Amino acid sequence: MNESAATERAVIEPAATAPVVSAAHDAADGTASPKPRGDTFWHRGGRLALGLILPLALVIGWEFAVRTGLAQGRLMPPPSRIAATLHDLAASGDLWMHVQATLVRVALGFAFGALAGIAAGALTGALPTARHILDPTLQALRAVPSLAWVPLFILWLGILETPKVTLIAVGVFFPVYIGVAGAIASVDRKLIEVGRIFRLSKLQLARRILLPAVLPATLTALRTGLGLGFLFVVAAELMGASEGLGYLLIDGQQFSKADQILAAIIAFAILGKLADAVLVAVTRPLTRWQDTARETL
Amino acid sequence: MLTLDSLSKTYSDGTRALERIDLAVPQGEIVALIGGSGCGKTTLLRLVAGLDRASEGRIVLDGERIAEPHPGVGLVFQEPRLLPWLDVADNVGFGLGHLPRAERKARITHALDMVGLAEHAGRWPRELSGGQQQRVSIARAFVANPRVLLLDEPFSALDAFTRKDLHGHLLALWQETKPTILIVTHDVGEAVALADRAVVMRPKPGRLDDAIPLALARPRDPASPHSEAATRRILAALDRSLKPAQAAAPTEAAQWW
Repeated sequence: MNESAATERAVIEPAATAPVVSAAHDAADGTASPKPRGDTFWHRGGRLALGLILPLALVIGWEFAVRTGLAQGRLMPPPSRIAATLHDLAASGDLWMHVQATLVRVALGFAFGALAGIAAGALTGALPTARHILDPTLQALRAVPSLAWVPLFILWLGILETPKVTLIAVGVFFPVYIGVAGAIASVDRKLIEVGRIFRLSKLQLARRILLPAVLPATLTALRTGLGLGFLFVVAAELMGASEGLGYLLIDGQQFSKADQILAAIIAFAILGKLADAVLVAVTRPLTRWQDTARETL
Repeated sequence: MLTLDSLSKTYSDGTRALERIDLAVPQGEIVALIGGSGCGKTTLLRLVAGLDRASEGRIVLDGERIAEPHPGVGLVFQEPRLLPWLDVADNVGFGLGHLPRAERKARITHALDMVGLAEHAGRWPRELSGGQQQRVSIARAFVANPRVLLLDEPFSALDAFTRKDLHGHLLALWQETKPTILIVTHDVGEAVALADRAVVMRPKPGRLDDAIPLALARPRDPASPHSEAATRRILAALDRSLKPAQAAAPTEAAQWW
């Protein structure tokens, strides 16, 4: 005991002045460094270039194969023809009409589905009674493939916009519901106790601890929901529409216009990616406190 | 004055965590609760904090009974438990929502100064080291000016060097407002460094076993003969609390640790 106390003293005394001590600590643990990653312009540019190698190689390879006659371009048109089709569609204004129709459906369906999912998830997550009443039914409904509702929706709601938006909303609802309910159920009890120590009311607890704690998982659920929204808009438009990117697909199939189908697929890819990027960009300020790899996803 | 009056806690599974705890702590005293694991130290603290309810007995602070979290009682947890979505300053000011902005800001600034984190006010908790996070958590408890501050093994996860540094910050804050402090620890050296009185607890069921006054002048030197004598007395008492049948020899007491 004597000895250990003496050694401890010997260690501590040379740096006994407080500022020196804390400064030494700050420097010693690497967590306090201001710039966490080497996220420089060149790093990002390099990563982007790496990701482009494969698609560019495929595009150039296929174009080359068709031009040299190694492959026929009838069922799989070369990139130049797809680009020309896209350009024609854009120039005639048709593309914008179809894109707009699709986007409006996704936006409406996503809004309704996400709101309902958040409300149901918050209700079942916060109130055990509501969970016991609602959750079994919702889980059973979730087991129904969403496309199975289509005939019923058409029977009930006709063939115009309502059944399409409803189908998308149903598709968006479930991942959002599951995500939000799970996030609320897994809020750290230890942080709730911090709220109790400071005597927060139920409402304050919800606003100051629960809400920020479930936000990241909720946003992830919304992203999943948005992805499914695009999945179901295609399904809805394939089943009968006079406009929309899904209509372009069906039209292309019926008239053997593979270039139009591929143009629509590319438009879908771009739209989906853009919508996701917008959602991430809009919500990023809400979760910048997080210590995760979210931005790389 | 904080008074625990024959306080008992039996959990719903029948575990008797605490049995008839009687303790009176005058305002401004620092009491270290010390004992082996499972002797109800944390349970006792949670009762005083109002997070759990006692099965029997009462807790009285200046004539007022405590059965739920009380504005005069602050708690520092074993882990920092900072809110990751608030920056350091907002974490410190978490319990000051009712104050006007200017006063809140002044109190936060002062508390951060006292724990040596003034330049980290705008940082996220994840950017701080464990010791820095615990300093924020101590500042968060102190800014509310509690009459009683409870600390539940707050330094147990830190290295000896950081721990000594934090003892200094804690005592500096205590000097300002002189709150009553109950600190749970299993580190005898920590009790000797901080407390006016070490209360030794005995397990199964948790009871108070012995109280050792530590009338040492501050600042304390852990290597001084007084500190070492106090350390030996606490170790001997701990040893007795665990082996009640035998009278413990001092050499054995030193080996217990």
